[in-house]
Amino acid sequence: MNITSVEEAKRDSAYYEALTQLLYQLADDDFIIAYRGSEWLGLAPHIEEDVAFSSINQDTMGHAAMYYQLLEELGEGKLDYLAHGRKVEERVNAILLEKVNGTGTYLTEPKYDWAFTVVRHYFYTQYKKIKTESLKNSSYEPLKHVAYKVNMELYYHLLHWRTWFHQLCTANGDAKTRMKAAISIVLEDFGGVVHLGPAQKEMTSFQLIDSEKILRERFLLEMKQMFEKADLNFTMNMEMKRGNGRLGEHTSDLDDALKTLSEVYNSNPAAIW
Amino acid sequence: MQKVEILIWDSLHKVKDPEIDTVSIVDLGMVEDVQIMDDTLIVKMLPTFMGCPALDIIKKNVETEINLLKIFNNIAVQFIYHPPWTSDRVTEQGRENLKKFGIAPPPQLDEGGEWHVDCPYCDSTYTTLENLFGPTACRSILYCKGCKNPFEAMKPVSTLM
Repeated sequence: MNITSVEEAKRDSAYYEALTQLLYQLADDDFIIAYRGSEWLGLAPHIEEDVAFSSINQDTMGHAAMYYQLLEELGEGKLDYLAHGRKVEERVNAILLEKVNGTGTYLTEPKYDWAFTVVRHYFYTQYKKIKTESLKNSSYEPLKHVAYKVNMELYYHLLHWRTWFHQLCTANGDAKTRMKAAISIVLEDFGGVVHLGPAQKEMTSFQLIDSEKILRERFLLEMKQMFEKADLNFTMNMEMKRGNGRLGEHTSDLDDALKTLSEVYNSNPAAIW
Repeated sequence: MQKVEILIWDSLHKVKDPEIDTVSIVDLGMVEDVQIMDDTLIVKMLPTFMGCPALDIIKKNVETEINLLKIFNNIAVQFIYHPPWTSDRVTEQGRENLKKFGIAPPPQLDEGGEWHVDCPYCDSTYTTLENLFGPTACRSILYCKGCKNPFEAMKPVSTLM
């Protein structure tokens, strides 16, 4: 199956529905995690990390923009509107990705948790890598091309987070304790990241992406290897404790993030910036 | 090549990377194709890194430069993703010009996916990687133990990654 154009994708409404749902998930996930990452600017543990992390966030926001652009081409609305204008309940990002970095805000007393950030970003990036590899065989050709592009940049992101994760887990003292605590927190909601939402059957039968089951297995295999290397007990109980973001369920963390993120857009949606 | 096409490519050569003003976008391998449709010129370009904020500036500079030719009424600059931009698209001229700016050209990957960068100033091979990520999405930061200069290198980007 190979769908090369917007017109072809629109011919079957079930195909179109599955495709757009998948694109919204990919776009919204990258959009909000890139924002959470960018909140670390100037606060990262050291200057080299500040440089690296901001590059990664910039790339990731670029990936979100490409996915929103595919949606724009499919007639879902303007890219800027899709990113900034949609209401909270229309968003389908996983709840884990909207969670604040810690207590306080960027401007006042930011007590952000680096262990949580490393675990969240490493797990997310590893899963994104597996999804992207699968998307390289997607039946929607424009999505396939984007996946190739994303995948090349993702290589560096994954290398980065693997290094942090491994080093902090194998360090002595406080680091390992904090990493273990962070792993538990991330796992409580990581089920929502893995989840492909209500149209997952159609996504797979239309060959848009491999099934959630296969993606999950590949992810667990990678994690098992890393956990062994990092001298950790391998238990991966991935839950959706605070709700299913793929159904539009969200926390007040997302409200607050969108208020800040979209402040400029909402003050003048027609402005060019 | 027709005369008009030579003029177009000459103009495109004049458009430099806004952040590396010694290297043209053509030598960076960013121009995939130019198509003439009556009074419209379509320039198909490949973005290097997706989050690169210079893309809009490059687009505008291409339009400005082509407008100076006064041949076309419309210019459409399109960024496309297929084929993906890879670092082996940088031309020999591009590699030389990057060095003039103090940036090591993107290295080739060996069979194991490893890569090594020589110093763009003194050609010493005695260098260390300080940060895989650099001041822009496409660069890394290194240090030369030969001439004791910090320098930047373009990241290798390949579909094999």
